[in-house]
Amino acid sequence: MAIPKPSGPEGERPPRREGSGGGSKKQYFRRRKVCKFCEEKIDVIDYKDVKLVGEFVSERGKILPRRLTGTCSTHQRALSDAIKRARNIALLPFASGF
Amino acid sequence: MRNYEVMFIVRPDVVDEDADKLIAQMEGVVTGAGGKMVKAEKMGRRRLAYRVHKQREGLYVLFKLQGDGDTVREFERRLKVTDTVIKYLTVSMDEDLKRAEKYQALRARQESKRRRPKPAAAPSPSQAPAEAAQA
Repeated sequence: MAIPKPSGPEGERPPRREGSGGGSKKQYFRRRKVCKFCEEKIDVIDYKDVKLVGEFVSERGKILPRRLTGTCSTHQRALSDAIKRARNIALLPFASGF
Repeated sequence: MRNYEVMFIVRPDVVDEDADKLIAQMEGVVTGAGGKMVKAEKMGRRRLAYRVHKQREGLYVLFKLQGDGDTVREFERRLKVTDTVIKYLTVSMDEDLKRAEKYQALRARQESKRRRPKPAAAPSPSQAPAEAAQA
């Protein structure tokens, strides 16, 4: 069974956004995640682009939540549509790694 | 006329010549049903993410076409009847195209807005909303 290894935003753990106050000594710098699609100005998320869309899918084939990937809400919606299309035509798995 | 994209998967045991024949035949179906072919593209053989009809591989073919509901209905019917086609997906492209246009226009406007205020000193924050109202 092929497990498409997502190499993208999933790898590093979520940079949890610190509250505006912060101030505790434990706090270390975390890059604030920005939406990849906004950043790269991808208007339409193409379901055919498995390399791109596959980054936002877990090993199990689940759609990764926004809090892990930093995708903005508009693009997360479009992304989930794209992933579902890709699943339908067997470009991405519905479930994998079982 | 609407824009559609139809992707279908042909069984992997079909030889290339037959696949080409099938594609030509399907193009005929589209034009015969009042549609217009924009592009037919063989995306090549690739592994399926899950088994479909006991197959683990498939030949992906992408059709871009223009037509109306009847065109697509007839085309899908033919795909369903054809044994060598194991899966298909139709996507209407109009919404995506509209969205792309919208964003491009938006970006173009922002770009021009950013450029304009430069000669007239530094734009103060109070100026910006006024400009937005004019635009």
